[in-house]
Amino acid sequence: MSLSLLEGNEAVAWGAMTSGCRFFAGYPITPATTIFNTLLRIMPPAGGICLQGEDEIASMGYCLGASMAGLKSMTATSGPGISLYSEQISFAIGSEIPLVIVNVQRLGPSTGSATRGADGDINFMRWGNSGGLPVIVLAPVDIKDCFVLTMHAFNLAEEFRCPVFLASNKEIAMTKESIDLDAVEKPRIIDRIQSKEENFLPFAVKEGSMIPEFLPIGGKTLVRQTSSTHGADGYITTDPGIISRFQNRLKNKLESAIDSFSFHASFIEENAETLIITYGVTGRAAKVVIDEQKKAGKPLSLLILKTLWPVPENLIRDKAKNAKNVFVFEMNMGQYVCEIERILPDKKVKFFGRMDGRLITPRQIMEAISNE
Amino acid sequence: MNSLLNTGRPPVFCPGCSHERITKALDKALSNMGLSGENVVIVSDIGCSGLFDTFFNTHAFHGIHGRALTYAAGIKMAKPDLNVIVTMGDGGLGIGGAHLLAACRRNLNLTLLILNNFNFGMTGGQFSVTTPPEAQVGSGFLNRLEKPLDVCDIARSAGAPYVARCSSYSGDLPDEIEKAVRFDGFSIIDIWGICPGRYTKRNKLTPQIIDESLAGLSSCSGIVEENKRIEYGHNYREISSKLKKVAPPGGIRAEFIFPESDRQEVMILGSAGQRIITSGDILCIAGITAGLNVTQKNDYNITVLRGPSISEIILSPDDIGYSGIEKPSVIIALAQEGVDRRRYVFSDLDESTLIIKAAGVDIPESRATMLNVDFKTRGIKSQDWALVSLAILAKIKKVINVDMLNASLKLVFRETVLESALELVKRVEI
Ligand code: SF4
Repeated sequence: MSLSLLEGNEAVAWGAMTSGCRFFAGYPITPATTIFNTLLRIMPPAGGICLQGEDEIASMGYCLGASMAGLKSMTATSGPGISLYSEQISFAIGSEIPLVIVNVQRLGPSTGSATRGADGDINFMRWGNSGGLPVIVLAPVDIKDCFVLTMHAFNLAEEFRCPVFLASNKEIAMTKESIDLDAVEKPRIIDRIQSKEENFLPFAVKEGSMIPEFLPIGGKTLVRQTSSTHGADGYITTDPGIISRFQNRLKNKLESAIDSFSFHASFIEENAETLIITYGVTGRAAKVVIDEQKKAGKPLSLLILKTLWPVPENLIRDKAKNAKNVFVFEMNMGQYVCEIERILPDKKVKFFGRMDGRLITPRQIMEAISNE
Repeated sequence: MNSLLNTGRPPVFCPGCSHERITKALDKALSNMGLSGENVVIVSDIGCSGLFDTFFNTHAFHGIHGRALTYAAGIKMAKPDLNVIVTMGDGGLGIGGAHLLAACRRNLNLTLLILNNFNFGMTGGQFSVTTPPEAQVGSGFLNRLEKPLDVCDIARSAGAPYVARCSSYSGDLPDEIEKAVRFDGFSIIDIWGICPGRYTKRNKLTPQIIDESLAGLSSCSGIVEENKRIEYGHNYREISSKLKKVAPPGGIRAEFIFPESDRQEVMILGSAGQRIITSGDILCIAGITAGLNVTQKNDYNITVLRGPSISEIILSPDDIGYSGIEKPSVIIALAQEGVDRRRYVFSDLDESTLIIKAAGVDIPESRATMLNVDFKTRGIKSQDWALVSLAILAKIKKVINVDMLNASLKLVFRETVLESALELVKRVEI
């Protein structure tokens, strides 16, 4: 065994490099800046491009251009930057541009607290786009996840041609942790499918598929990209039939495939009446609690979600099937709990949140559960 | 040469719109250069100028208002051989002002055609950043209150190496565009035109008036001598190609035995300048030399040279679940500011916690075991207090031992710094 000491953000950067990311643009913001710092150090010598945008909107614009020119691209920011990304996120969704967006969440609202952690943007990432179509959001628990989920994020962005968020948190991103990089099990790398069609249409989908094949801008075949509502040829359309099929496809291509990327960790005890559901760094405190309770002969079940959006409904229903009570813990004032309540209408769903810049502690989890 | 116009999608501008002339001039320029569609991408902005990409058989990228230059930059960096043409109206110029300044300063080889017709055509003739104050436009009296800007002046002062200004009615327009496209760097042409759909409904503007107005302005005919310099992309690739490849982080071999049997939590509470974070690193790496899992969280003010500095470290032979510190085995209290920020931990402590406290630092009451150290009398400088505290721990075999500490120092420091650190550790007596 040989361990390295890295920040979560550095692990994200190396995960991106390992995935074949060769374009990064970002604007400095605590607690995401060390992703930019790391990539600026490692990416240009490897033939990649790392840019500091004049603002967040520009950083996203560079990434969208580079991605459409064929490079795997990533950007990283925190809540205030996600606000500025919003218009470009909508563009990436509607125009099916593969992109990884790392959101190192900090305590909000607004400029909030730059060096305090939170999971306050969970619904914002999902719903902060015009049109309300789905995105993919993955949430790391620790440094290993920072590396592995970044790789998954690239794979999903390429496979589904969509923006994928990594919902990190200052508490993971700026915490240094030991990791054995060689021992980490890395997913197989997926690249976007390059079209071999003679009459290539940029948004045409083949029978049985929901994702258009790709060709880069600047290649031999002419490629059109547009932020406007378009048909298969990439020109504006006003045909309600085409528009409706297009919107449905954007929704279904992700929602119908969620079972294939419902990343999670679960510890289900047969006799446990209570299931804890949580995500992100809070998963670590919850794991301590269930381990202690098991030793004490009072088993609890735990589901740590690592895919948050689209909601892995089947997974959640399955893991909750034997539970009477479900307890949701979040580093916010109650966001994802609404999804849990929606999916599990026959369970008693309770919520505990904390939003003061400090971690939810194992003791708080235990107290919340025993107070019930 | 072949025209690149898309005959299937002819221009759809209002009759008399000067955008149509620019469309044709751009086509002429591109075909005079012998370019085929695959060599060109047209990146268009929003508004009537945003339709440009649809009239050409080239690569096309149409995005959000004001952001065209940002997409263009990403494309150009990824595909340096592609001719990247950006079309933007005077509306996009205003909303995308920051991107214009950045493009001028950066000097990436893009060509920006500003289709300047002094108002927002598409949305109803509202005023833009170039609308004259005396014009009657769709924004009521508001344009009377603001001064229009001269984009050429701005571009020059922002560092654009190629700035030209001309009328859409000029017979030279295809040549002007060709010169700008051929220029190896960021080039702008401010092309003045007429919007009969909106602007000239209430304002008098003719090709002749445009010529007269242009004649009254400082001449901009292309290369700006004082801004000439190497193109950004060439420069970027040139510098990058000389950088040494960075290997992924290599692991550190486990070779020592942890003097403890379970999870150890350490808080180092100091202030800026006391090398608190570095000492946290040293402690973590010492742990790794014994094959331990470690976490380290640092807390300091954004103004890094002042205020408290705190490092919180966990070392454990097992996986580290919860990464917060509930019950530290050691607190190293070196400055009042650091102690004050963590006052809440002290009341819960019992004898099993060791506090190494610098003389003069006040700590809240607790039942912890105290070790007072008068660093000053011992002649130790403030920036070494944290390292000396680690050396004390190593010598009493609490959390770490001397082998772990020395191995860590050898990984963290080099040469003279290393020598003096090792010497410092050696000299520490309990
Ligand atoms: S509104 Fe003005 S700019 Fe737009 S097409 Fe008509 S004349 Fe041209």
